[in-house]
Amino acid sequence: MSVQAMPALPMAVTPTPTPLTKADLAIVDWLTGWNIGIGIGALTIGLALGVLQGLEHAGIDLYPQLMPVLKSYYQGLTIHGVLNALVWTTFFICGFFTYAFVRSLNRPLRYPRINVVALVIMGVGLLLAAFPLLANMATVLYTFYPPLQAHWTFYLGLALVVVGSWTVGYGFYFTYWAWRKENPGVRTPFIALATLITMVLWQICTLGVAVEILGFLLPWSLGWIGGTDPLLDRSLFWFFGHPLVYFWLLPAYVSWYAMLPAQTNGKMFSEPLARLVFWLFLLFSTPVGFHHQYTDPGIPQGWKFLHMILTYGVGFPSLLTAFTVVASLELGARARGGKGWLGWITKLNWGDPSYAAQNLAMILFIFGGIGGLTNASYNVNLAVHNTTWIPGHFHLTVGSATTLTFFGICYWLVPALTGKRLFSTRLALGQAWSWFFGMLLFSNGYHMLGLEYGAPRRTMLGATPYASPEWTPFLMETLVGVGLLTISATLFFVVIFGTVLLGRKLKSPVEMPIAEPLDPTPAPAWLDNWGPWLYGTVALIILSYGPMFFQLFSDMQLLWPGKQVWPR
Amino acid sequence: MSEPTGIEQSNLPNLHVDWYEAAWIRVSLFMMVIFLLAVIAASTAFGIQVPGAYSRIKPDEIMAPGSPFADPGLRELAPGKYEVYIRAATWSFTPSEIRIPVGSTITFYITSLDVQHGFKIMDTNINMMVLPGQISTLTTIFDKPGTYNLICHEYCGAANATIGHHTMYGQLFVEETPPSQ
Repeated sequence: MSVQAMPALPMAVTPTPTPLTKADLAIVDWLTGWNIGIGIGALTIGLALGVLQGLEHAGIDLYPQLMPVLKSYYQGLTIHGVLNALVWTTFFICGFFTYAFVRSLNRPLRYPRINVVALVIMGVGLLLAAFPLLANMATVLYTFYPPLQAHWTFYLGLALVVVGSWTVGYGFYFTYWAWRKENPGVRTPFIALATLITMVLWQICTLGVAVEILGFLLPWSLGWIGGTDPLLDRSLFWFFGHPLVYFWLLPAYVSWYAMLPAQTNGKMFSEPLARLVFWLFLLFSTPVGFHHQYTDPGIPQGWKFLHMILTYGVGFPSLLTAFTVVASLELGARARGGKGWLGWITKLNWGDPSYAAQNLAMILFIFGGIGGLTNASYNVNLAVHNTTWIPGHFHLTVGSATTLTFFGICYWLVPALTGKRLFSTRLALGQAWSWFFGMLLFSNGYHMLGLEYGAPRRTMLGATPYASPEWTPFLMETLVGVGLLTISATLFFVVIFGTVLLGRKLKSPVEMPIAEPLDPTPAPAWLDNWGPWLYGTVALIILSYGPMFFQLFSDMQLLWPGKQVWPR
Repeated sequence: MSEPTGIEQSNLPNLHVDWYEAAWIRVSLFMMVIFLLAVIAASTAFGIQVPGAYSRIKPDEIMAPGSPFADPGLRELAPGKYEVYIRAATWSFTPSEIRIPVGSTITFYITSLDVQHGFKIMDTNINMMVLPGQISTLTTIFDKPGTYNLICHEYCGAANATIGHHTMYGQLFVEETPPSQ
């Protein structure tokens, strides 16, 4: 039992809770619609370019045919990475979170204008960054490592997208404070809490990339400073680069924990542990960045080793998730008549594309997680660093766990927003399964090429002099995967645009699925208390990064001029 | 869940953890510890190391007289023991061909003249980032004769489809020791 001794609150006045009206929801849905619409628009272009990458690797280089529009494979690869990994994810997450946060808290946004401003900032940022990307003035890939130097609008645009996404968070924080005052002693609803934790995590980790861009890359690209320090910039980038993957993943976890069980008649197996998982992500997501720099010179081995241990720390909440989410789904399957050790799996709600897509995303994430632990393992990383194993890995994580889950969310969210029926259940199911098998083949081929033959990532593999005939079977496997993924992406856009443009009116509105906890006892108070977790997070970051950043800044030499060495 | 074994009170205050879940938590933690021990064993007992902090280098120091990078190449330090200094620049390694006898221990020192590059030797543990301003170093032993590709694995730009990052590579020839007279 967890009967909490509630100290009598000294404040006398509790403001009356603010009811959530239709007009409030209309603003929220408008924001969500724009965010998701822009995200899907970016994804359309990003996925189309992915097809060209896959074809190039199989020896079919279509870039010469696209000549005036796209100048090279690498320009296409840059746009593929920026649009899919940064734009689609960030816009979708901001839209989905706004929708879910307000409904979970059951309170209107305190200052809706903040969130409107946030959307405008992000939109302006996207347009600013799109210009140099399309004009071939920023072919620096989505990690934009200096001394490769993009046009200043690229850096400013990315910075604005990040600042806009911070602003989305500010809108949430004000709303949460207002709710907290109106509801003293009440546990924050799970979805609202998980959303807030993710936004705070994002706020903290993006400070690294903000310092990198605003302190160094932007003034350097404007000619205000003559050079840059590549190692310092890489370290600032990776301070942000790994928590970025949790910013991609945690929205999927929100859906898996708190929505998906409701979509298959299940309940949240252990709601307090789910809260603990999100707090652990806040704690461990950031102080792990050197595991992306195991092969970097200039970072002592001791620091790399420390970050490996902390990376195992951030793997732990994902292992907890694996149990808890599956247990929640099993409850649902058994409620639907499922029997046996494994037989219950067949009784899950496979006929619902929103459910099926997300469950398939989870299965792919099992392999993504195992690969991730491999990458994290210090010297084991030497076998795979910067080989095609790495894109093989993250197409299972951001490309599947995140993206396929977001597709699944779209299958209820787009009907909820438009009031229209999903265009075709059958096509949507086909989309989910073709993505699943396509990504299995694609990523298996990439993993094998990287591990067995050391094929480098981010490389025109179709044009390398060192390509070996042994690569061919795996390249063909990835090509089949790309083919299935192309079909899947086409189906997704057909279903979404079909729903928006041609969908028939829904008889009753679609509601956000919210899973009830199995045990209704409220979570312990320490799982709803920001102080210790925030202090712990900051302390851990200072301990694991502080001395090294002190040294990197003391040693800073802004000596390296910018280079624009890409095909023009 | 199919076999309700009751709810066990965990050590965490007021946090109920199901029996199976508690067991899974223990398995997870145990697994992490095993991985950690395996990595420690590999990096100490077997000496498989990642690059560390060796030395910084300024742009004007690379080609200065007396700099090993001004005259890069292979040097024999003792019988069977070599070091090699390599310059990486768009889009080649200098030297791009290295010959050593089988069984040699060789230490690589490499830096970049312009942008970030990568350096990986196939079928070995040699895998490093090459950054302007830093010298990367790793040591390995070549036990098997053969030709090893050394490739740039970090995007470093390109001129066109025939010259660029994707054509930046070199070769290391590990040769059979000639039979002694």
